[in-house]
Amino acid sequence: MTALEFTVVVWALSALAGFLGALTGLGGGVVVVPALTLALGVDMKYAIGASLVSVIATSSGAAAAYVREGFSNIRIGMFLEIATTIGAVLGAFLASRFSTHALAIVFGLILLQAAYLSFKGTPESAERVASDALAARLRLGGTYPVAGSPQTYGVRNVPAGLAMMFGAGALSGLLGIGSGAVKVIAMDRVMRIPFKVSTTTSNFMIGVTAAASAGLYLKHGYIDPRVAMPVMLGVLAGALVGAKLLVHMRVKTLRMVFGAVILALAIEMIVNGITGKV
Amino acid sequence: MDDRRLETIIGRLLQVGVLLAAAMVTFGALAYLVQHHADRVDYRHFVSGGPGICAFPGIVSSAAHFESLGIIQLGLLILIATPVARVGLAIAGFALERDRLYTVVSVIVLLILLASLMHAT
Repeated sequence: MTALEFTVVVWALSALAGFLGALTGLGGGVVVVPALTLALGVDMKYAIGASLVSVIATSSGAAAAYVREGFSNIRIGMFLEIATTIGAVLGAFLASRFSTHALAIVFGLILLQAAYLSFKGTPESAERVASDALAARLRLGGTYPVAGSPQTYGVRNVPAGLAMMFGAGALSGLLGIGSGAVKVIAMDRVMRIPFKVSTTTSNFMIGVTAAASAGLYLKHGYIDPRVAMPVMLGVLAGALVGAKLLVHMRVKTLRMVFGAVILALAIEMIVNGITGKV
Repeated sequence: MDDRRLETIIGRLLQVGVLLAAAMVTFGALAYLVQHHADRVDYRHFVSGGPGICAFPGIVSSAAHFESLGIIQLGLLILIATPVARVGLAIAGFALERDRLYTVVSVIVLLILLASLMHAT
């Protein structure tokens, strides 16, 4: 394959991944890594390096739009980032110790979870709670707009949330993904933060988490400009278009199709990891 | 200044950073493709160290010599710097609000990020 062909094909695949990632809320990383490794035979380490960069692009690029909606909570995000960044450094360190086959298998398992979430959907946990003692001391609670008027919400289970965020950070550093899905589960389910606040705050956190792995990724040579360039530009373009179309599309059907694609990718990733083809 | 206003300013700055990074990567990409479009490429096997521009000094000097890969990599560095800048701006914002607790929390996050990025110097 020539450099021109490679660049064009990777850009197109990445744009599609970014588009689907934005529409389904799962992010571009979970599709772009298997697409590069399975379809083009790119080594996992180049793929996760390029994906990490694209994760930062979508997170920082969408930040202004999310803030405008008034849902994200910078205190919650910043506080939990202590755990995600430490986790990410550990994950990035482990990535250099893991074999490519092991990385592929772990990635496949994460894809299985993403497919499960796609099929099941994420119903909003409706009732709001008051903050517990620790969350109140940390002033984590806030308000968010419900039908135009601000509604207050509390936060619970901070230690358990921190532990899950550490895990989310480690996965992000190990696999070059944003692990937004795990972050949303930690905030929405465990810490009882409203779903909309959880997803937008998660988007804000993803970039900071990914930046914590970037130093080690650069040092080990995972971020190759020839691979990262089309991935970053493609995912960014796809994500911007996806975010614009989000309001007009029937997301439920799309999520089913996306879930099926991810399930297939998960199985292929795990099988190839075990047989040593990736 | 309230949290909302602070975040709006930060969000805008991040967007500018991403656009700047994307413009630089695009410029480097065009230069790279003009020179190397017919080269055979193969990324099947990871070569540790890659094309030799993994650390900040190497990237900056390569870009300063108008080498296409150095320009792309510098654009990616600008991109990686956007979340770091976001944390730095949050520190300033919380300090202005005289919020000691969250100033300290943000400083801790910034220190973790900087310690990690030190690996690439």
